[in-house]
Amino acid sequence: MKKKLTVKDFLINYGVILIMLVLVAYTSVVRPNFLRPNNLTNILTQMSYRLVIACGIAGCIITAGCDLSAGRMIGLGSCIAGSLVQRVDYAGKFFPNLEPMNPLLVVIITMCITGCFGAITGFFIAYLSVPPFIATMAMMEIVYGISLIFTGGSPVGGYVSSFTAIASTKFLGLSSLIWIAIGILILTWFIFNMTRHGKYMYAIGGNPQAAEVAGVPVKKTLLLIYMKAAMMYGLAGFMLACKSGGTNINTGLGYEMEAIAACTIGGVSVTGGRGKVSSAIIGVAVFEFLKTALQFLGVTPDAQYIALGIIIFAAISLDIRKYIAKK
Amino acid sequence: MASEYRLELKKISKAFPGVQALDEVNLAVRPGTVHALMGENGAGKSTLMKCLFGIYKMDSGEIYLEGEKVNITDPDTAMEMGVAMVHQELQPVPARNVAENLFIGRYPTKKVGPMKVIDHKKMYEDTSYWLKEVGLDFDPKAQFGTLSIGQMQSVEIAKAVSHNAKVIILDEPTSSLSDNEVEQLFRIMEKLRDDGVSMIYISHKMDEIKRIADDITIMRDGQYVGTWKADEMSTDDIISMMVGRQLTQIYPPADAEIGEVALEVEHLSSIHEKSFQDISFTVRKGEIVGFGGLVGAQRTEAMEGLFGIRHLSGGTVKVNGKEVQISRPRDAMDVGIGMITEDRRGNGIFGCLSIKDNVGVTVYDKHLKTGIVLDHKAINKIVDESIDKLSIKTPSSSTQIANLSGGNQQKVIVSRWLANDPDILIMDEPTRGIDVGAKHEIYEIMRDLARQGKAIIMISSEMPELLGMSDRVYVMCAGKLTGEISRKEDMTQETVMDFATRFE
Repeated sequence: MKKKLTVKDFLINYGVILIMLVLVAYTSVVRPNFLRPNNLTNILTQMSYRLVIACGIAGCIITAGCDLSAGRMIGLGSCIAGSLVQRVDYAGKFFPNLEPMNPLLVVIITMCITGCFGAITGFFIAYLSVPPFIATMAMMEIVYGISLIFTGGSPVGGYVSSFTAIASTKFLGLSSLIWIAIGILILTWFIFNMTRHGKYMYAIGGNPQAAEVAGVPVKKTLLLIYMKAAMMYGLAGFMLACKSGGTNINTGLGYEMEAIAACTIGGVSVTGGRGKVSSAIIGVAVFEFLKTALQFLGVTPDAQYIALGIIIFAAISLDIRKYIAKK
Repeated sequence: MASEYRLELKKISKAFPGVQALDEVNLAVRPGTVHALMGENGAGKSTLMKCLFGIYKMDSGEIYLEGEKVNITDPDTAMEMGVAMVHQELQPVPARNVAENLFIGRYPTKKVGPMKVIDHKKMYEDTSYWLKEVGLDFDPKAQFGTLSIGQMQSVEIAKAVSHNAKVIILDEPTSSLSDNEVEQLFRIMEKLRDDGVSMIYISHKMDEIKRIADDITIMRDGQYVGTWKADEMSTDDIISMMVGRQLTQIYPPADAEIGEVALEVEHLSSIHEKSFQDISFTVRKGEIVGFGGLVGAQRTEAMEGLFGIRHLSGGTVKVNGKEVQISRPRDAMDVGIGMITEDRRGNGIFGCLSIKDNVGVTVYDKHLKTGIVLDHKAINKIVDESIDKLSIKTPSSSTQIANLSGGNQQKVIVSRWLANDPDILIMDEPTRGIDVGAKHEIYEIMRDLARQGKAIIMISSEMPELLGMSDRVYVMCAGKLTGEISRKEDMTQETVMDFATRFE
C-alpha cells in the first residue's frame, strides 16, 4: 500500500533545501550580484575541498562513528604539502635543499602520510574497540602535536607558482579544485554503491552484530574507512594549500564539525546505515549557499555562526522525523 | 452501579493507514481471574492492549472500569486507574539497580531544607516489601542488568502491584522464559488472582493457557471471535477458532534421504566454565537434528561457538570428514556452514537496509567483476529468485526489511544464508515470533532443504516443533549434552524433559 505524499511529508523531506532556496531567491532579488557566474564559481570553489572532507567523514558517520581528527589532519596535510613545494630562494624554507616537487607526487605523499594516521585511528577503533569519538579525538591531539613540531608553529609559505597555479587553472570555466572534488565525488559514489567495501560499510552501520555474523570483515572494513577518510583530509589540505598560497597549523581548524554538520543536514544518519554521496553534496551546498547569502545580506560573520547553528537544529529535527516510528 | 466485570472494553476500533487493526472488539474481564487473549500474530491483541493502556488512541469504543466509563489517554492515566502493563519486550534500565527500576519516574522523596531529594532508604525498604509481596526474594540493590529475563519480568510485575493495579496486562511474558521461570511466574499470578487482581494474559502457548487461564477471548484479523470458559475449550477448538480453519497437519512429514555424516563435532568447549563444555555430536546429510533444552542450557552459545561467534577453549570440527579451523563466521561460511541466529533484530537483520542488501551480504565475495566491482545483475537475480522461491511478501526487493512482518523478515534471513549455498545450516529458534502461517512455510522450507541433502541443526524451545520437525534430537542441560534421542518412538515430551533437567 503506497502512502500519499502529504505536504507535511514533503516539508520533512525537503525542508532544509526549501529554506535554502527561499533564502537564495530572496538574496538574489535584493542583491543581484549574488547569482553572477563569478560568485557562483566562487561558492563552488569554496565547496570543493569541503566536499572532499565530507566524502571522507560520511563513511565514518555511516558506520555510526565520527571523525574529530579531520580538521587537524587537514592542517597537517596542508603543511606537508606546502613544505614540499616551497621556492628554493624562500627564506623560511623547511627543507632547504629540496627542489619543489611535482604536485602529483606531493598529493601522493600527503595522502599517504595522513592515511597512515587514519589507519592508526582505524586500528584502535576496529581492533581495540575504542569508541570512534574518543579514538579520533586522541588522534586529533597527536596530529596537532606533530604539526606543531614539524612547523615549529611558523606558517608555511613561499610556494612555487606552478603549485598555486593549480587552483587558478580553469577547465570549462571551473577551477581545477572543483574538478578534483567532482572526481572524488564520483570515486566515492563508486565505492559506496558499486563495491563490496561500500556494501559492507552500510551493513556495519546498519547492525554491526549482524554484520559480524554474516561474515562481513568488520574490523578490516572499519580500518579502511578511517584510513580512506584520512587520505581525503590530506587531499583537502593539499587543495587548501593550493588555494590560499600559504598555510599554517590552524588551517582546517573546525572543518570536521562543519563536515559532520553538512553530512547530517544532507541526510547521513548519525545512528548509522543511512547516507549517500548526494547527502554530502546537499549538506555542503546548503551550508555554503547559506553562508554566502547571509554574507551578501550583510549579516556579520559573528552572527552567521548563530544562523548556522539554528540551521543545524532545524535540519536535524526535520531529518530525524523520517526515521522516528509513528505511533 | 456495580458490574459483574472488573474491566469491559466495548466495540473498540482502531485503524492504521491501510489496515483496520481492530474492528469493534469486545473484552470483558471478571475480577480475580486470568483472562487469556488469544489469536495469531497480527490478530490485534497487542494493539487492543495498547489502546487500553493509552499508548494508542482508539478511533471509537468505550472502556468501563468497575462499571464506570473511563477515558484513558496515556499510560500514566492508566496506571492511576489501576491498569498496569508488563510489556512483551521489557524496557529496563540495565545499569541501575532493582529499586531504581521499580520506582523509576516516581522516586520517593524527602525534604532536606528547601530541596527535595530522593529518599533512598524508603525506596529500598519499599522495594523489599513489594518484592516479597509477589513472592520474590532478592537484593533491591542488585544491578538490574545482572538479573535473568524471568527475574526482570517478576520485578515488572512487582512494579505493577506496587501501583495497586487492579488489572495487569501480561503481553507474551513467557516467550523468553525457561520452564522453571514460567512456573515461578505462574505462582505469582496465582497469588495475585487470589488477591483479587485481574490479569489479561497474551500467549501463544496452549499448555500455559490450559494451565493458568480462567476465561479465553479469541481474536482473528482484528475481529472479536468470542469468549469462553477455559475448561470448555480443547486445544484443537482454540486453534481452529484462532485460524478459522482446522489445522490438521502443522509439521510436514519427513521424507528426505539421510546420507553420510556432514558435520562431526567433538569436545566443543567454551572458554567460560559455566557455558557449554565437551559437546560432541554429528549431523548427516538430509537430516534435521533438533537441539532441545531449557532456556539457559547454552544451546545457542554452543552453536555460536561452532560458528565462530564465540571463543572456544577446545574441540574439533569436521566437515565432510575433513577437520576445519573456525575462528570467525567467515571461516564457517567458507567451509559451507550457515547460521540463522536466534535474535533476529539483534544480530540478524540490517533494519535500515533493503531486502536486496540484506540477502546479498553473504555473497559479495562470489559476485565480483575484476575483483572490485559488484556484479549487481547476478546479485539481483539471486534476490529476485529468493523472493519468489520463499514467497516473501514485499512490494519490491528494494523495500526496507524493517517494513516487513517478522515471518517475512525471517524468510529474508533464510534467503541470505541459502544464497551462500551452505551444506550445513544452523537454525536457532527459526520460528520465534512469527505467525502460524509463516511458521508452516518455514517448516516446508526446512524439509525442502533436507531433501536437497543439506544437514540442518535446529535449536527449538517449542517442544511440539522440536518433536515434530527433528529426525533426531540432542538435549542439553546447563552447558552439557545430556542426551540423544534417535528413535522416533522415544521422542516424547517426557524424555526430552528428563534429559533437559539432568542438572548435576
